[in-house]
Amino acid sequence: MDRATVETRVLRVLRWVVIAVLVVVTLFPFYYMLLLSLRPIEEVLQNPGRIWAGPAEWTLRTYREVLTPAGDGGQGFIRFLANSAMVSLAATALTLLASIPGAYAVARLRFVGRRHVHFLFLAVYLFPSILLAIPLFVLFTRLGLRGSLAGLTIVYIAQTVPVSIYMLRNYLTTIPESLEEAAAVDGYSRLQTLRKVILPLAAPAVMANALYVFMIAWNEFLFALLFLVEDRADWTVSLGLAQLSGGIEVSKTVLMAGSVVLTVPIVILFFAAERLLTEGLTAGADKG
Amino acid sequence: MVATRPRAQTPGPARSRELTRSQRENRAGLAYLSPTLIVVLVVVVLPVLWTVMLAFQRIRLINLRRAGVFGEYTLANLKLVLSSPGFWSSLWTTLVYTIGATVGSIAIGLIAALALRGWFRGRTLVRASVLLPYVAPVVAVTFVWEILLSPQFGLANDWGTRILGWDRPIAFLSQRSSEVSLLGWEFEVPLALFTVIVFEAWRYFPFAFLFLLARLQAVPAELEEAARVDGAAPTQIFRHVLLPQLAPVIALLTVLRFIMTFNKFDDVYLLTGGGAGTEVVSVRVYQFLTARFDIGAASAQALVLALGLVLLLAVYLRFLAPSVEGGDR
Repeated sequence: MDRATVETRVLRVLRWVVIAVLVVVTLFPFYYMLLLSLRPIEEVLQNPGRIWAGPAEWTLRTYREVLTPAGDGGQGFIRFLANSAMVSLAATALTLLASIPGAYAVARLRFVGRRHVHFLFLAVYLFPSILLAIPLFVLFTRLGLRGSLAGLTIVYIAQTVPVSIYMLRNYLTTIPESLEEAAAVDGYSRLQTLRKVILPLAAPAVMANALYVFMIAWNEFLFALLFLVEDRADWTVSLGLAQLSGGIEVSKTVLMAGSVVLTVPIVILFFAAERLLTEGLTAGADKG
Repeated sequence: MVATRPRAQTPGPARSRELTRSQRENRAGLAYLSPTLIVVLVVVVLPVLWTVMLAFQRIRLINLRRAGVFGEYTLANLKLVLSSPGFWSSLWTTLVYTIGATVGSIAIGLIAALALRGWFRGRTLVRASVLLPYVAPVVAVTFVWEILLSPQFGLANDWGTRILGWDRPIAFLSQRSSEVSLLGWEFEVPLALFTVIVFEAWRYFPFAFLFLLARLQAVPAELEEAARVDGAAPTQIFRHVLLPQLAPVIALLTVLRFIMTFNKFDDVYLLTGGGAGTEVVSVRVYQFLTARFDIGAASAQALVLALGLVLLLAVYLRFLAPSVEGGDR
C-alpha cells in the first residue's frame, strides 16, 4: 500500500473520532448543566460522578428557588430575566435604528471620510473594554446614570453598532444598484427607497444582525457588574447568577438551574437563527 | 470603490448639476451615519481620551469632583503601577494566557473545520452544536466548568480518583502549580493558568472554526482533485494545497484572537477571580478600580495594557505575519 492509501484509511477513521470528541466536548457541559439542575443536591454530593438520572429522580425545586421573587425567599430571577430582556431588546432595536442607515451610507453613498470610518469601527471593535470601563464608570457615576438600565443600554449600543454596520454593509453591497435607480425613477426619495426597497430585501441580514446584537447584550457581564451591582432590583441574569455564586447557602444545583435559565433563551435564538441565516441568505441572493 | 474616490475629493470643473448631486450625497451619507458617530464619539472616543488624562492625575473616587481637564498632571500613577508588586508577573501571565489560548483555539478550530468539511448525515446539526461554547453566556459556562472541575463534587475529580487512580482530587482552578511526570520526566505545570487557557481555547475555537470553514469551502475543488490524481497523500494535500490557501485567514485570526484574549476580563475573573497565578492585567485593572477605588492607578494600568498590546501587534505584523497585509482587504 502506498502512503496515500494508508493515510486516507487512517484519516477516515480519525475523522469520526474527531467528530465524536468535538460533539461530546462541546455538548457535554451543557447536558451536565441541565442534568445537575434537575438532580437533588444531597444525591449529587453523594454521587458526583453519575451522568444519568431518570425522570423519577428529577426535582424542580431548584427552578422554584431560582424563579421565586426575592420577597418570597427565592432568588428573583424573573425580575432579572425581565431586566435582561429589556436591556437586550432596547439595545437591539436602537442599534439597528442607527446601523441600518449607517450601513447604507457606507455601502452606497460617497461622503467625506468614508474610507476612514472603517478604521474607526475596527478600532472600536477591538478596543479593550476594560479600558473603556474606567471612564464610563466615572462618567456615569457623575451623571447619575450608573445603576440605571438606560446607561447600560447606551454602552451596549456603542459596542455593537460598529460590527453591526460592518455586517450589514457586506450584505447591502450585494443588492443590485439598478433596483435603487428604478425606485428613483418611480419618484422615491432616498429614505423611501431605503425603507421600501432595501429593507425588505435585506430582511434576513437584518434579522441575523438583530439576533447577534441581542446575544451580545444578553451575555454581557463586565459592564453589568460595574454599573448595576449596587441595587439588586437592576441586576441582569448574568450578574444575578454571578452574585448568586457568591452566596454561601446557595447550593450548586440551584446555581445550575440559574445557568439553564440564562442559557436557554440564547440557545433557542441561536438554533432559530442558524436556520434563518442559511435559508435567508440563499433566498435573498437570487430574488433581487 | 477606488474609482469613485477622486470624484469625492476633487470638486474640480465638473458640471454644476453633478456637483450638487455629489454634495447632496455627501450630506446624506454623513446624516445617515451621524447617530452612530455620535454614540461612538460619546461612549467610546471621548472616554478613551479621558482615560489617558486620568492616568496622569492622582484621582480616587472620593475626590472625583476635582478631576477635570486642568487637573494636576503627574507621573505618580505610572510609577506606582510599574513598581507595584506583581505588575511584571501579571503582564507575563497575560502574555502566556493570550498566546496559549490563541494557538489553542486556532488549532482546535482548524481540526474541527477539516473534520466537519465533507458531508455526512447530521452535519448541519453537528456544525451548529459545535458553535455552542461560543454563543452561550460566559457566566453560565464558567460555572459549569467550575463545578465539573471542583475538587469536592466535580465529575472530573470523581472519575479521576475512581477510574484513573489519582491519589487525591486536583484543584484545577485554585492550585498554582502541579508536579506532572510524563515518561519519567518531572516538571512543574502552572495548573490554574493552564486550566484557564484550556477553557479559553474551548470557548473560542468555534470562532476560528467559522472563519476557517468558510475559507476551506471556497478552495476550488480542482486544486485538490489534481493533487489527488497525482497521488498526493492527504497530509501532503493539506500541507501544499490547503495550508497556503488558509494562511492569510490563520494570520488574520491570530491577530483577532490575540487582541481579544489579551483584553479579556470575564473568563479569568469568573473562573479564578485572578487567583492562583492567573492574574491577568485586565483583572488587575478591575481590582484597582473596585477594591481600592484608585481611578488614576486603574487608568494607568489600563493604558499600559493597551500600549503593550499595540507594541506586540506591531512586532507581530512587522516580523511574523507578512501575509496579513496581502490577505486583508
